Amino acid sequence: MGFQWPNETISSETSRKAIRQAILEQIAAANSGHPGGSLSLVEILASIFDGHFNHDPKDPLKSDRDHLVLSKGHGVPALYSALSFMGYFNAQELSKLRSLGHFLQGHPDRNHYELMEASTGSLGQGASVALGEALGVRLSYASKKISRLPRVYAILGDGEMQEGQVWEMLMAAPKFELANLICILDYNKGQIDGPVKEIMDLEPLADKIRAFNWNLHEVDGHNVTEIKKALSACEISSKGKPHFIIANTVKGKGISFMEDPTAWHGAAPNAQQLSDALKELNGNSEPFGRLI
Amino acid sequence: MSLYKQLVDTETKAVASRQSFGLAVAELGASNPKIVVLDADLSKSTQTQHFAKKFPDRFFNMGIAEANMIGAASGLAQTGHIPFAASFACFLTGRYDQIRMSVAASKANVKLVGTHAGVGIGEDGHSQMGLEDLALMRSLPNMTVFQPGDDWDTRNFVDWSIKHEGPVYMRLTRQGLPLMRRSADAKFGPGIWGVLNPEIMNENPDVVLMASGGVLDASIQAAEILSQKSLKVCVVNANWIKPIDEVFLRKACDSKAKLLVTVEDHYDVAGLGGAVAEFTSTLPAPKRLLRIGVAEFGQSGSPKDNYEYYGFTGEKLSKKIAQALG
Repeated sequence: MGFQWPNETISSETSRKAIRQAILEQIAAANSGHPGGSLSLVEILASIFDGHFNHDPKDPLKSDRDHLVLSKGHGVPALYSALSFMGYFNAQELSKLRSLGHFLQGHPDRNHYELMEASTGSLGQGASVALGEALGVRLSYASKKISRLPRVYAILGDGEMQEGQVWEMLMAAPKFELANLICILDYNKGQIDGPVKEIMDLEPLADKIRAFNWNLHEVDGHNVTEIKKALSACEISSKGKPHFIIANTVKGKGISFMEDPTAWHGAAPNAQQLSDALKELNGNSEPFGRLI
Repeated sequence: MSLYKQLVDTETKAVASRQSFGLAVAELGASNPKIVVLDADLSKSTQTQHFAKKFPDRFFNMGIAEANMIGAASGLAQTGHIPFAASFACFLTGRYDQIRMSVAASKANVKLVGTHAGVGIGEDGHSQMGLEDLALMRSLPNMTVFQPGDDWDTRNFVDWSIKHEGPVYMRLTRQGLPLMRRSADAKFGPGIWGVLNPEIMNENPDVVLMASGGVLDASIQAAEILSQKSLKVCVVNANWIKPIDEVFLRKACDSKAKLLVTVEDHYDVAGLGGAVAEFTSTLPAPKRLLRIGVAEFGQSGSPKDNYEYYGFTGEKLSKKIAQALG
């Protein structure tokens, strides 16, 4: 049997298990990818897509849609999984991750998949694109009466915060009063060479972001209720402070042996590890079937 | 009548291509509300100030933060606007990774405007000179690259780039460029160079001289000096850097010309000369090519002294070409 998404809301515990399984299976199928930083993203994406994102899988490029830029492009297996969950494409496609010519490239690639708002993977750049989209959306609707201004989400990684360009963006968004821009940091505390704290500490991060004149929210990035509450608290308007959510997460979240700041940054599970991981998620049953 | 006066409209005042651009985009902004302009604290130099004054709501001064400006331009493009992002050529294309990823690889309809091209800017010296920008921009798969020879070129290209869906890079000068003479039915379109004296091509030219941007004027002067020595020189305003004029280059290689010459105020690597070498080397009978450009770092000095030092005068260019002819 193939893989079947559960018929539940995307942020339910079962749905998030299915997304985690899909992340692990697609990375195992590709025999490469970034499980740690994909697993840490699951609740962030599931919360956004559970009622905080105006979109239509049947009309993916509709003009009043919200926008989401995955600035930490290496976490894209999580985004691909969420998109498939919502009906953008058949789950079976996920098993072709990273294969030649396929639209599911190793990092978001707009040349292969138009739904990707920006080609990311070179860190620090996506959030600037999101800032431009927030400016662009506001300009497009400046003279139109609308009930809801489209919002723009940028998801950043913590290692990515070390890029100078991010701080250029952090300076610019408040200047333009982009209150339709929501940046979310997947603060999983790990990067390739070690813990973020050791490589290039970001702290005191909340103070820094506040000092740049953003609305700051800090949440447990694996608690859907908390994330959704923060998203609801982001007042979206055509002018005002932009929003920054620090989501404290665990790299490799959900699979005990992957919960490590560095070990599973860019390593694919082998067959045994995949089987162990799926057992931890689902016990001995296969409620969603298998991708591979 | 001298060759120079035949080819150049000496009655009309020279205009810097940055100025032509600034006025053109401000003019076209009136009829096209999708046009937006971004600058990085150089609007008085890049001449985006004209647009800023006319359309303050569609002008974004991003501060001295070019990387973020390029990303923001991409985002504006993804939401249906037509952004022009301007700075000095060196600072703009110095953010190569942002152009590579957020513009080119993101299929973003961004119009990149690099001003202050080459050693021709003069006194400010090397740090402010765009000397490798054509090489960088040419290498990106879907990038269109253009270096106008005069006001007519610039205005036509700004207009063309708005209609064209896809990223472009235009390279503009600080210094004034004299207006070329053109027939009333002169064509403008991708990969069509301005052949200034096309009749020469039917008379067995000795030299085909292709020059781009700020050095076109000196190249015409060089052609004049060579023509006084009874050499037939066909002079080309080589404005399209990507795509280049392959039809013309085939014709040039099929002609009896002894030498092809490229002249550009850019490193002599991978710019116009590189593009011509790459293409003509694929032809069955390529011709010898003399690539004239800048072979060392730029430096301070008046624009005139710099062009003298780097060999971009009629006198020096003609000597180099005569020498190569042997």
